[in-house]
Amino acid sequence: MPVQVLIPTPLQKFTDNQATVTLEADSVQALVGALESRFPGFSKSLCDESGKLRRFLNIYVNSEDIRFLENEATPLADGDEVSIVPAVAGG
Amino acid sequence: MTSTLTRSPLQGLRCKECGHPYPAAARHVCDEVCFGPLEVVYDYEAIRARTSRASIEAGPASIWRYRDFLPIEGDPIDVGTGFTPLLQANRLARRLGLRRLYIKNDGVNMPTLSFKDRVVSVALTRARELGFSTVSCASTGNLANSTAAIAAHAGMDCCVFIPADLEAGKVLGTLIYNPTLMAVRGNYDQVNRLCSEVANTHGWGFVNINLRPYYSEGSKTLGYEVIEQLGWELPDHIVAPLASGSLFTKIRKGFDEFIKVGLVDEKPVRFSGAQASGCSPIAQAFDEGRDFITPVKPSTIAKSIAIGNPADGPYALDIARRTGGSIAAVSDEEIVDGIKLLAETEGVFTETAGGTTIAVLRKLVEQGRIDPNETTVAYITGNGLKTTEAVATSIGEPFLIDARLDSFESAWERAQSLQRATWETVDV
Repeated sequence: MPVQVLIPTPLQKFTDNQATVTLEADSVQALVGALESRFPGFSKSLCDESGKLRRFLNIYVNSEDIRFLENEATPLADGDEVSIVPAVAGG
Repeated sequence: MTSTLTRSPLQGLRCKECGHPYPAAARHVCDEVCFGPLEVVYDYEAIRARTSRASIEAGPASIWRYRDFLPIEGDPIDVGTGFTPLLQANRLARRLGLRRLYIKNDGVNMPTLSFKDRVVSVALTRARELGFSTVSCASTGNLANSTAAIAAHAGMDCCVFIPADLEAGKVLGTLIYNPTLMAVRGNYDQVNRLCSEVANTHGWGFVNINLRPYYSEGSKTLGYEVIEQLGWELPDHIVAPLASGSLFTKIRKGFDEFIKVGLVDEKPVRFSGAQASGCSPIAQAFDEGRDFITPVKPSTIAKSIAIGNPADGPYALDIARRTGGSIAAVSDEEIVDGIKLLAETEGVFTETAGGTTIAVLRKLVEQGRIDPNETTVAYITGNGLKTTEAVATSIGEPFLIDARLDSFESAWERAQSLQRATWETVDV
């Protein structure tokens, strides 16, 4: 199931400066694994020592925060768009 | 010695989580290690050597009297931002049952009547130093007003992003400065996500994204000013609104820095935060004893603080707990009552965020979580004329009369009986 992943600038050093990559994965968890096999070292940026997604990182599937879906277990379907966005301050 | 006096105390950036160092460039996350937020590092020895109460008092009546504590290297963009009134609120204090209450009124900040002028003055000064010609932001309204206005003054190009459902006053108050304004179909968190992607591709200075470490430092001046205006003393308790949590943590940092360089004597200060029930991810975590934030979808009239995914939430939680403060949430109805209470007792018309702060202040006093003898400062961060919709249906109406004495007399009679009815239900 190919999904599109939008890569933020700080992580494009792992992806040969590509802003978008297409990968096969059926869940967010599987996507993290797929990113690591294609781009070794990538998952260390996404996950802490215990393998959990870092708290200052937001992951969206088709514009919805995965914390409103099923977190790492959120399923992915053909053509889904996943974006990885570091948290920003507001107002 | 000469070099200490001329060099800027700005040394670089550092990850707030893991401490990894970075140069003082336009970057906001620890992308080499842990994705934590970056913070500015200063040479406090240099600051201590060149500042005193007297040197600050001799400075301009703006945030730039504290320029040695702000992350810039050259001349600031000074549009008169800061040094807003600290009002002793005796009538509100009596109504609530407090003895020493102050209102820090950033609803009259310059140039756009909210605390955001502080952060934007710093961010655009730094943006210019870093060579940006276009500045941008994701905003719930106040930040858009401020970025557009100060960019206009500085002659910078400006493109700002807001949720499409903002109050009319905030949209007009941005467009008047003639920036490019993008009204995004979605809530603030979605706007922010879009802006993170635009920041990746357009090479603009986003005040709250790639300039965030500099931007957020501007809020420290709300801490410095309160100390100076209290006669170089710390208060006992502060109450401030919580949106992303950044303001709250920076007031704390402002207090800590003045203690560190010897400008004020150390004493405990309790930090309490205010949220609207319709967007209260930090208050919920506080109540449930969690140290992580679960994002929410905002639904409240307090749009300026409607951030469902607060980036500095974990730090705000930590400060409230560590200092013996509280974080509480209030309903939209209580927020409107808070706006009216502040206006009627102190002559200060605040927007919904300020109504939230006053309503939470009242709640904490009622629950015994603020000691009546504490010197308490409530931070009012924005102006009520920007969100008139919020109170339009909850206030009185004018008496429509003819230009004749008898018409006035009969209306006056009605007005007085209405007022008597109100007095019967109110103490003061």
